[in-house]
Amino acid sequence: MKLIVAIVRPEKLSDVLEALFHADVRGLTISRVQGHGGEIEHVENYRGTSVKMALAEKVRIEIGVSNHFVQPTVDIILSAARTGEVGDGKIMVLPIEKIYRIRTGESDQDAVTPVPPVE
Amino acid sequence: MNNADIAWMLVSTALVLLMTPALAFFYGGLVRSKNALNTMMMSFVALGPVAVVWALLGYSLAFAPGNAVVGSLNYAGLRGVGLEAQGAIPHLLFMCFQGTFAIITPALISGAVVERMRFNAYLAFITLWVLVVYAPVAHWVWGGGFLASMGALDFAGGAVVHVNAASAALVAALVVGPRKDYGRHAILPHNVPFAMLGAGSALSAGTTAALAFANTLLAPAAGYISPASAIAMGAIGAFPSYFALIYRAKTKLDDSLDVVAAHGLVGGHPGQVLTQMASVVIVLAYSGGMTFVLLKVLSLVMPLRIGDRHEGLGLDVTDHGEEAYTHGDGAILVKPKQSAIAHAAVDVVAVQDGGQL
Repeated sequence: MKLIVAIVRPEKLSDVLEALFHADVRGLTISRVQGHGGEIEHVENYRGTSVKMALAEKVRIEIGVSNHFVQPTVDIILSAARTGEVGDGKIMVLPIEKIYRIRTGESDQDAVTPVPPVE
Repeated sequence: MNNADIAWMLVSTALVLLMTPALAFFYGGLVRSKNALNTMMMSFVALGPVAVVWALLGYSLAFAPGNAVVGSLNYAGLRGVGLEAQGAIPHLLFMCFQGTFAIITPALISGAVVERMRFNAYLAFITLWVLVVYAPVAHWVWGGGFLASMGALDFAGGAVVHVNAASAALVAALVVGPRKDYGRHAILPHNVPFAMLGAGSALSAGTTAALAFANTLLAPAAGYISPASAIAMGAIGAFPSYFALIYRAKTKLDDSLDVVAAHGLVGGHPGQVLTQMASVVIVLAYSGGMTFVLLKVLSLVMPLRIGDRHEGLGLDVTDHGEEAYTHGDGAILVKPKQSAIAHAAVDVVAVQDGGQL
């Protein structure tokens, strides 16, 4: 099992989530972050002062997935988050030592395999 | 002229004028945060160019004695519009009072095209719209034009403001097209308290001013219905609007902030006497038709909407270079002499934590 951490554009988040849900990837966490990915900073003006916004708004998606879900998940994010311009973001796949599902106490593969939502 | 009338109309003028900033908060709260500034500015900005063209030309086209369709140029540039009496109040005050309605009406339209119409194109559109659509319609109803001769009554802008704006909004939403996310993703208001503040202020200022208008200029008309019937009319009148809103959400029409449902079906008072119906239909047709022509002509000169990528980023950054809610973390000060080469600036100072160098 792996932890997939993806940094994507906020305006692509809806597309990414939609694609992930369609592929049954349901357990994920997002956070709003700021970062710099080599893109040209845009200039804004406040009360006569020009500033370059060196940090761009991004969204970080964290997904714990079982082994056979790793490649599909990566492929989905690659296609859904892409615009072709600098600043599209990164996908990082990290090894995980242990995972527990708090509700059931299941661990590892069992804890990250998608389960049907509880009625 | 007596001082009580003048004082009351000054208050009313100020109240109607305040509806425009209130509308800015209403609309601004209803859109996503990335478009908050642009949306608020679409309302606010009407106070600028619209007021200017109203004084230069619009007022004359609406209220200078002319034919049944449009006024003359006698008052162009406010020539001869001074402190002499116009009805019960100074002519200049009457012009200002009318100007506040000319300002709010195009601002109302913006609700149908928020989050995707280019700001420049919008600015050009409302400036022309006031002259080509608003001024003639105001003349027909209030300036002694043919609808006034037919006996149509319009105390607070039911036809001139609301039906007019609603028709233009419907056409503008169709011509500009829906937002790219419309019908695909949920699009939620980013600040409901703002919307509440704006709607509340706009309504209370509006109704007070409408009352003022009716009482001051059309005193006999205000006595037509009792407060009790007014409450009943208000209760019944809300239904068409509500169902229109529910229905609209199921269609492909992206009237983003439901201008048509709010103004077309409440302001119009469908079900009144035939003359009223006729005036509503005529205003609907003219406003819709001319809005279509104006937008199509404008689209030959400039694109009406922003590209998909910019729509994704939001118009605050792309059209105004400002954000409504920025932290300023990691913002780099561009020194004045380097502004011209901002992208190549080498000697920059990081601004962190609220602007401390």
